[in-house]
Amino acid sequence: MSVIELDRATLQIGGRAVLKDISFAIAPGEFIGVLGPNGAGKTTLMRSILGLLPPSAGHLTVFGHTPRCGDASIGYLPQLRTVLPDLRVRGLDYIASSMHGERWGLPSLTAANRAKIEATLDAVGARDLANRALSDMSGGERQRLLLAQALIGDPKLLLLDEPLISLDARHQEVVIDFIKTVCRERKITVLFSAHELNQLLGAIDRVLYLGNGQAVLGRVDDVVTAPVLSQLYGTEIEVLRAGGHIFVLSRGRDVERADHNHDHGHDHGHAH
Amino acid sequence: MFQYEFMTNAFAAAGMVAVVSGIVGYFLVMRGQTFAGHALSHIGFAGATGAGLIGLAPLWGLVGFTLAAGIVMGLLSERISNRDVAIGVVLALSLGFGLLFLHYYTSFATQATALLFGNVLAVDHAMIATLAALGVVTLVALAAIMRPLIFASLQPELAEAKGVSLRFISTAFLAIVALAVSACAQIVGVLMVFTLMVGPAAAAQRVTTGLWAGLMLSAALALAEAWLGIVIAYHTDWPVSFCIAVLSAIAYFAALTVPHARPAHAH
Repeated sequence: MSVIELDRATLQIGGRAVLKDISFAIAPGEFIGVLGPNGAGKTTLMRSILGLLPPSAGHLTVFGHTPRCGDASIGYLPQLRTVLPDLRVRGLDYIASSMHGERWGLPSLTAANRAKIEATLDAVGARDLANRALSDMSGGERQRLLLAQALIGDPKLLLLDEPLISLDARHQEVVIDFIKTVCRERKITVLFSAHELNQLLGAIDRVLYLGNGQAVLGRVDDVVTAPVLSQLYGTEIEVLRAGGHIFVLSRGRDVERADHNHDHGHDHGHAH
Repeated sequence: MFQYEFMTNAFAAAGMVAVVSGIVGYFLVMRGQTFAGHALSHIGFAGATGAGLIGLAPLWGLVGFTLAAGIVMGLLSERISNRDVAIGVVLALSLGFGLLFLHYYTSFATQATALLFGNVLAVDHAMIATLAALGVVTLVALAAIMRPLIFASLQPELAEAKGVSLRFISTAFLAIVALAVSACAQIVGVLMVFTLMVGPAAAAQRVTTGLWAGLMLSAALALAEAWLGIVIAYHTDWPVSFCIAVLSAIAYFAALTVPHARPAHAH
C-alpha cells in the first residue's frame, strides 16, 4: 500500500489551482525530495496531506484514508517563520506545548512526556536546548528543536517543509544525514522540500518536482532533465551535470540559487 | 492606612485586577498583541461614555464595547494583513466617539478623568463584587483555552495541522482580554491599562524562560506594583495610577538590564 497517493487531484487556494490534476504514489520508507520554484505548491501539497486542504477534484489518500487533521502518525515541520524576537520560552516548554496541545484546559507536562521530549532531544543532539530560551537560539538550533519535535510520537510519515532554510552549509549536511539515518532506522517515509537539489542527491530515493501546476515524481536522472524541467518552469531550462552535481539553468542563470535569494519575502506571502 | 474603608477597598480591588491583568497580559505579550489590548481599552472608553449617555453604568458599556470589539478583531485578524494600522484607526475613532458622547452628556464629564486615568480610591463594595465576578469569569475562560492557546501562539502552523482552530482561539482570547481590560480600566483607567497588563508581563517574560514561572512572576509583579502604588499614593498624595505606572516602568526597564538570565526553573 502506498503511504501517499494522489489520483488526478487538484489543490486550490482562493480559487486558484496551485496543483492541477496530479497523480503519484509514494511507497513506505521512501525519502522524497520535493523541489520546484517558489509558489509551485510545496507547502500546499503538505497542507493537503495533513488534511488542512482537501482536493477540489480527484482523490488524495494518506495511509489509505482521507487525511484528517491531527493524525499522530504524521510528523510535520512547518517552514520556519520569524519567531517573535522577545519570545523567551525555553525549548522544553516550546515542544511541550505541541504535545496534545489541541486539548482544552490547562497545560500540563507528565513525567512520561517529559522523558519522551528529552529522549528525542538527545537523539538529535540537542539536549541543552531544553532549558534555553527560543530567542537565544540560532537558526540551526531552532531547526534542530523543531526536528526533534516532529519526531516525537514515532511518526510513520515526516513532512519537512524547507528544513534547510537559515542553516549554513555544514549544518545543512548534518540535518540531511540525520534525517536519512533516523528514517532508515525507523522506516519513516519522508517528504523533504528544499531549494537546492545537490545536497539531497546522496540522500533521496526519488524526487518530486513541482511547477506550473504539475508534479513529476521519479528518479533524479529521469526527472531532472531539460525537457521535464522546461515544462515545469514554463521556460527553457538547461540541465548540466558536472562532478556529481546538477545545475539547473535558465538562460545561463542558476535557477535554484536565484530562487533561494528571494526566498524569505516571497514564500512568507503565501505561507498559509 | 487600613483604618479607612476606601483604602481596604482599593487594596482588594487593585489586588484582584492586578493578578488577572498580569496573567492575561502574559499571553498578550507572548502573542505580540499588546497593541490590540491597548486599542480595546480605548474602544472601551467610547462604550463607557456611551453607556453614561443612555443612563447605564459605565462599566457595562466598557464591558460590552470591548467584548464586541475583541470578538470582531479576533474574527478579522486572519484577514487584515496590516492590522496595526486598522487597529490604530479604530482606536482613534473610538476616542473620538468617546469625546462626542461626553459632549452630549456634560454632567458626565467629571467622571471622564476617572475613566481615562482610573480612580481606585473611589471603589465601593458593589464594584469589588463586580470586579471579582469579572475576574473569575476571565480566569476560568482563560484556563479552559490555555493549552491550545499556548500551542497556537507558539506554533500556529503546527497547531492548525493538529486540528486547533486558530480563529476560534484568537477570538476567544481577545474576548478574554476584553474582560480583563474592562476590569483593569476601573483601576488604572483606559489610557493606562498597559501599566498592569503589559509592563509586568513583559518584565516577567524577560527574566524567565519557564511558562509557569513566567506566569507567576507576571501576576506577582502586577500585584506588587498595584499595592505598592497605592501605598506610595497614600503617603505622597500623588495619583495612584501615576505611582503604578512608575513602578511598572521601573520593573520593566530593570528587567531589560538583565541580559541573558537563564534561571533553571522547574516546570
